[in-house]
This record gives sequence, structure tokens and C-alpha cells, in this order.
Amino acid sequence: MANSDAFIDIRAVSKRFGSVTAVDGVDLAIRQGEFFSLLGASGCGKTTLLRMIAGFEMPTEGDILIDGQVMTDVPANRRPTNMVFQNYAIFPHLTVRDNIAYGLRKDGLPRADLDRKVDAALEMIKLSGYGARRSTELSGGQRQRVALARALIKRPKVLLLDEPLGALDKKLRETMQLELRQIQDEIGITFVFVTHDQEEALTMSCRVAVMAQGRVMQVATPRELYETPNSRAVASFIGTMNFFEATTKGIEGERLLLDAQGLGGIAAPVPGWQVNGKAVVAIRPEKLQLSLDRPQGEVSAAQGTILNSTYLGDRSHFHVRLDGVEAPIAVSAQNVERSMRDDLDDGTPVWLSWRDTAMVVLPG
Amino acid sequence: MSAQPQSRDTAARRWRGGYAVLYLAFLYVPILVLPVFSFNDSIFVSFPLKEFTTKWYAQLAGQPALFDALANSLKVAIFSAVFSTLLGIFAAKAMTRYRFPLQRPAFALVMLPLVIPEIILGLSLLIMVNRIGLSLSLYTVSIGHVLLCVPFAVAVLLSRFEGFDRSLEEASLDLGESAWMTFWRVTFPIVFPGIVSSLLLTFTISFDEFIIAFFLTGSETTLPVHIWSQLRFPQRLPSVLALGTLLLVASTLLIILAEWLRRRGIQPDKQPDM
Repeated sequence: MANSDAFIDIRAVSKRFGSVTAVDGVDLAIRQGEFFSLLGASGCGKTTLLRMIAGFEMPTEGDILIDGQVMTDVPANRRPTNMVFQNYAIFPHLTVRDNIAYGLRKDGLPRADLDRKVDAALEMIKLSGYGARRSTELSGGQRQRVALARALIKRPKVLLLDEPLGALDKKLRETMQLELRQIQDEIGITFVFVTHDQEEALTMSCRVAVMAQGRVMQVATPRELYETPNSRAVASFIGTMNFFEATTKGIEGERLLLDAQGLGGIAAPVPGWQVNGKAVVAIRPEKLQLSLDRPQGEVSAAQGTILNSTYLGDRSHFHVRLDGVEAPIAVSAQNVERSMRDDLDDGTPVWLSWRDTAMVVLPG
Repeated sequence: MSAQPQSRDTAARRWRGGYAVLYLAFLYVPILVLPVFSFNDSIFVSFPLKEFTTKWYAQLAGQPALFDALANSLKVAIFSAVFSTLLGIFAAKAMTRYRFPLQRPAFALVMLPLVIPEIILGLSLLIMVNRIGLSLSLYTVSIGHVLLCVPFAVAVLLSRFEGFDRSLEEASLDLGESAWMTFWRVTFPIVFPGIVSSLLLTFTISFDEFIIAFFLTGSETTLPVHIWSQLRFPQRLPSVLALGTLLLVASTLLIILAEWLRRRGIQPDKQPDM
């Protein structure tokens, strides 16, 4: 995959530990200045891939290039990358200041220049005045920011982040997500971000690589990943998805005719892959509408019964039983009206309706 | 608590206070006998106390054999402390950093001397040394002490190495430092307190040790063996007490020094090279 715009070019990289294949033939082209995420469940190989970019692990096969340079024989301490570790790896015997200045020793800067740089870094992470503190006196969020400043002060070509927000509570995580995005926008260096949190990946990234079992399943923008996943695995990993087993009946112009369990005969946009008999129709919960009466107009509809409902303030979640579909169908409805209406009790017969464009047809 | 009625709570607190006092008395009264009688102008260790005197201390100065024994003990203790701590560092690193076959049995074997009776160790070492044909000397004592001290060193160092986060070294490499500088700037300062406490502990164990030293010592004796030999002469007992008092003071100072070093070891470094 000789990609001309690849700043980090990962070429057919595999990593095996004994008989275990952690990364299996991955090709990736990460662009310069991009906020790129590696997303997957634990054990999918995302961290191993990141550690290979950093130089902590050597690929068993394949090569990694950064800015046109083959990194295979370059040790971690000579690579133009810096890393924010999952546990931050703040040096416990050093102050905040000395932690941030750690990587500058070799540059042999005059004291004044060094101080200026560290002060600027402290300011960037909003910890001015914390320089003399022992790193053990910092909170989780502060440690995270020190780790970030310590890595960024080296002006790396690539910043690697290994689940840096995983240890923070929800509120702080959201703040840090914003701050990370802002910093990345300002300094414009390439970020490679590892996370298992799909919401985090979608919020922060320019593009996301979804990984499973050492392979890359799909590389796409957050919007593409959510709206046009390329497989059942990606579709179920990103957000919630309803799946309907289907058989294809033929193509009619721009539309693919299918017979789907629970939905009946339907027509969906023709997918990009070769259709041959079996398929899965996928619809997101918020793209399904609930109504008591059969809906009118340009929509498809199916009849079911409410299994249960959850009121969440801004929206409500429903599970609906459809004939011929084993799993309950998840439906999410925006609570547009300020209504106290509660007429969708469990067991109520309802209609589910959707537009043709709501459907994604996946390989069966 | 003055105006409060006697509650069960305060009664319990008093019991606990009394218990603590007894506990401390049990631990320290026998030791305090040493300094008290070392200043008592009588060769008999009995109450009531006689006049205050420092003559037993003055007598110590006139015993060259004692100073030889002290010098011997220091040599042996320093050698044992350094070597057992070095061996302990390797073992602790092997236990925490690597995975290898038979790791657990190997670890158990390293720690086993902790529970082998010293008299058995001393006897088998003596047989061994004789079979090999080594003559008994301070070297044979030192070898015996290293053997005895290694498990203690491993135990102390292991706790330090276990708490050592591998990613700290990776972070240092990642920030551009070589493996060697990483050792000096990260690994060493972090494990340093463990090394100090291991050195101190093993030094003390070797310095105090009697049984193995008794078996393996040649013509030059260590201090505990010398003290033992002096107990045959009742008139020398008070000066042994004086000697004991000095050792007590010295080891207290040593522990204070080690603690001070330990705290200093985890202070932020002043980065002299930057």
C-alpha cells in the first residue's frame, strides 16, 4: 500500500508472541497532522501496534515508515515519536518541572532557555505554579497533563497516546477530550490514539481504524464508521445496531431487493460489495420511528409489540419484539414534546417505520 | 475527656494504653539494662546501683583484641552486605522482570536459607570448607554470611522491584535517553532506597551473627565471637556491657542515617547536569 500521503506508513505488519498473533498483516496509512485512532476491544492488537510505532516492540513481519524513513532498525530513543502512557509513567522521584524537562537533557540548552520552555509547557497544560510539586502530589488529570507536556516538549513528529483517558472519571475525561483536540489543532502534529471507547474515538478522531483479532476491520471517518460500517463486527462495535438476516432477491436500478426476517420484502440502496444470496440488513435505533398507527408516506413499516421502555430525559429507549426476529429491536426516540404521555406501555402493539436510506446492507 | 462519665470507650482506651506500655517495656527494658549497668561501679550486675563510673569504657580502650575483633566484624559485614545485596539485585530483577521455567521453585530455593537452622548451616559449611581444603579465616566467615544474608536482601529488594513500573523505563527511552542513562536517571534513583535498606539489613545481620561465625572463624575472631569468649571472665562483664552500649548507640545512628538517606533518595534531584 504505497500511499503517497502516508506520514506513518504501516506496511503488512505482523507481530507474533510465540504462538499468539497479536497483529496480523496490518496495512495503514496515517496522514500528517491527523488525529488517528486505533479502536478495538482489549486484546485486539491496538496497543501492540502502537508500541511497534514507538519502537518498544519489533514487527515480526513488515515495516513501519515515519515521514519516509524506515523505522525497523531505529531504537525507541531515536524515533521521532513520543508517547503518553496508559498509566502516564510519571517519574515519581522527580518534580513536575523535572518530569517535563526530562527529555531535554540531551539538547544541552542554557538554563534560561530550558526554564522558558518548561514554563511555556506548564502554561499550555494550565499547571503554572505546579512546577515544584512532587509528581506524587498530583491528581489523575494533572498527571495526565504532565505526561502530555513531557512528550510534547520534545516536538515529536508523532504523538502516541495509549488509552490516556481510561483512568479518569467521566467528567474529567470529557474535559480532557476537548483539551486534547484543542492542543492537537494548535500544534498540528500527528496524533495516534489508542482506545477501546468507541464514543471517545468518534468524538476525537479525524479517522478511526477499527481493529479485531489483530486485523484492521475498517478505516474511516467517524461519520462513515457510524453510518456505513463495512461489516457486522464494525456495525455492532460502534454504537448500537439492529440486525436482520436477509436473502437478496435481485437488483432493481439503484435498489437492492431483499427479503429480511421481521421486515419482509424491502428495497435498500445497493451496497459496494458483491451481493450473492445472503445479507444482513442493519438499522440504527434512532433511525426507527415508533407509532401506534400505521405510518403513511414514503416509509417501510413493520408491526411489533413494546417489550420495555426506558425514559432518559432527552430521549427514550424502547425494546420492540418483531415477529421472526429473535433479538429485541432497539429503538431510540427523541422526546420532542414536553409531554407526560405514557401510552407506550409494555405489551402495546406498535408500528416501526424507517426510510430506505436508514438501512445498511452488510455481507451475511 | 475530663467531664465525661466513664464510658466503656475510655475504659477500653486505658486497657490499650496499659497494654502498649507493657509491650514496650517487654521489648526495651532488657536492652536498657545494658547502658545502666555499663555506668555502674561494680563488677556485679545487680541492684542497688553503686556509684556512677566511666571506667568500664576506659577499660575498653586498653583491649587491642577487642579492636581487632571490631575491625574483623566490620570487614566481614561490609563484604557480606555488598555481595548479598548485589546477588539480591540480580535475583530480584530475575524474579520480577523475566519469566522462565522453574521460576517458582528457583525462588523458593533462594529463600530457603531463611528457615534452615543456623546451626545446621554452620555445621554443613564447616564440613564443606574442610572437604575443599580451605583454611578457616574471615573469608570463610564472609562466605557463610553472604549465604545467610541473600534471602533477606532478596526479600527487601523484591518489594521495591515489584513496585517498579516497567513503563517508567520505557518512558525514559521514549524521551530519548539511552538504556544506560535510563538506568542512572530512573531505575537507580527509584530502587536506591531498597538497595540502602538491603545493605543496612544485611550489614546488621552479618555484624550480629554468632553461630556461623563461631563455626567458620579461624584465628581472627569477629566481635560476637570475641564477646562470647570474654564472658568466661566475670570481671570483664562490665566492659562487655560498655561495649554493648556503644554498639547499641552505633546501630541506632546507622538506622537514622539510613532513614535520612532513604528520604533524601526520593527527593527530587537537582539536575546538576542540566
